[in-house]
Amino acid sequence: MIGLPIAQLQIDKPGGADDCVSSNGFCPEWIAENIDRYWTPLLEHVYLTVAPVAIGFAISLALAIMAHRRRWLTGPVIAISGIFFAIPSVAAFFLLQPLTGLGYTTAMVALVSYTLLIIFRNITDGLRNVPAETRDAALGQGLTERQVLYRVEFPMAVPEIMAGLRIATSTTVGLAALAVFAGAGGLGAEILVDKRFKSNVVVAGGLAVLLAAAFDLMILGAQRAMTPWRRSRA
Amino acid sequence: MIAPGLAFLGDFGEAIKFIFQERESVSGGVQIGGIPELAGFTATHMYVSLAALAIAAVLAIPLALWLGHLGRGDFIATATSNVGRAVPSLALLAFFISFVGFGYTNVIAVLVLLAIPPLITNTYVGVRQVDRDTVDAARGQGLTGMEIVRKIELPLALPSIFAGMRTSAVNVVATATIAPLANVQTLGEPIITPQTYGFVGQLGASILVAVITLLVDFLFARLQRAVTPEGVKLARPAKARRRFSFPTKRSPKQA
Repeated sequence: MIGLPIAQLQIDKPGGADDCVSSNGFCPEWIAENIDRYWTPLLEHVYLTVAPVAIGFAISLALAIMAHRRRWLTGPVIAISGIFFAIPSVAAFFLLQPLTGLGYTTAMVALVSYTLLIIFRNITDGLRNVPAETRDAALGQGLTERQVLYRVEFPMAVPEIMAGLRIATSTTVGLAALAVFAGAGGLGAEILVDKRFKSNVVVAGGLAVLLAAAFDLMILGAQRAMTPWRRSRA
Repeated sequence: MIAPGLAFLGDFGEAIKFIFQERESVSGGVQIGGIPELAGFTATHMYVSLAALAIAAVLAIPLALWLGHLGRGDFIATATSNVGRAVPSLALLAFFISFVGFGYTNVIAVLVLLAIPPLITNTYVGVRQVDRDTVDAARGQGLTGMEIVRKIELPLALPSIFAGMRTSAVNVVATATIAPLANVQTLGEPIITPQTYGFVGQLGASILVAVITLLVDFLFARLQRAVTPEGVKLARPAKARRRFSFPTKRSPKQA
């Protein structure tokens, strides 16, 4: 049933890196020779980030559209997703295992549940912050409620929605590092392979930080591209 | 005895039994679980969490209050929260383990570092969103800079500061779960030593950690309400939508 992938790292000892590795230094040579072992965990980590954020975004979007018409829904959705959000991920990864077993499904369910609060709230706030005059002008021009939502309110809410996506994404990169406890691999698994070995920790941890930064820049770029009317102001 | 589809209920039943009753370890020979052992883990868990939160509050709140008062620190406030979110708690802990070492001091240091960003951001934003007219009125009445911080900005920023405390407290208690990786026996001990505790122990400890975190979250939500000045509560409905932008909400989640 269990069996965490915590094994001792098989340290290859190629020529020059030998001393450095055995004295647990920070070894550029070892890193250069062993960088290959990090690609698979990195890809797993990308998957553990992109899939939950995408699924979470779809669910949040649907909930936000429902709550846009029926305001009373907002409170309960935030309250329930707030409870999910407060449950520590390590605990959630185990609490789900009797239902979903070890592996991706467990990690995915927990990680999706954490994105809901962030994304849902940013979408509803974004829609709500559209000035009443703008809505009135659109309605006055003969747009239906539905058209106002999709042609006016959503485009104007893009910056806030994207801000929510950025927070959700960098948060998920961090939490996915703990997905090793759900048996889902990722860079966290690589950190735990040898948590005492400086070179290993720096590369695996550093890749997670770089991944968060890369996603952040990509979403920011997408936001710029989607809101050309804001560029002249900035 | 239990229908196959509901077998997971059996796991939870065993896990709850693990919390209340001692049993022999998976590897044999040692008694594990039960209230005395788990109370010890819980005490350690709360000790490292509280110590870290207190140290972080002492370091971060005065600094952010002062920066907010001067109005200089937009960059620091956003940068700390961005960096704080981007560094995974597990990576930070492993970094400390490999470069500094094991033990209480290192675990508390990691937790302090995790607790600081939400405190800085929320305190800073809390001070900055105090109505400038209110501050000007106070200055016009002859209050000094120090008095303005103490009597005007701090009370009005308290709800936001406590929102930060809530975020940090939840993150710290959650992250303390992985402290056993650095040889500090918190409630994560059964979780990271399945060879002794088995899946039942992992699940039992997870239930306890989840319950404790939710209690901490609830407690700080109550505290936040308790420290909100009456006047602010009355003014809230009109202002809430406009003024409470994202940083004051529980944004970062670390563990």
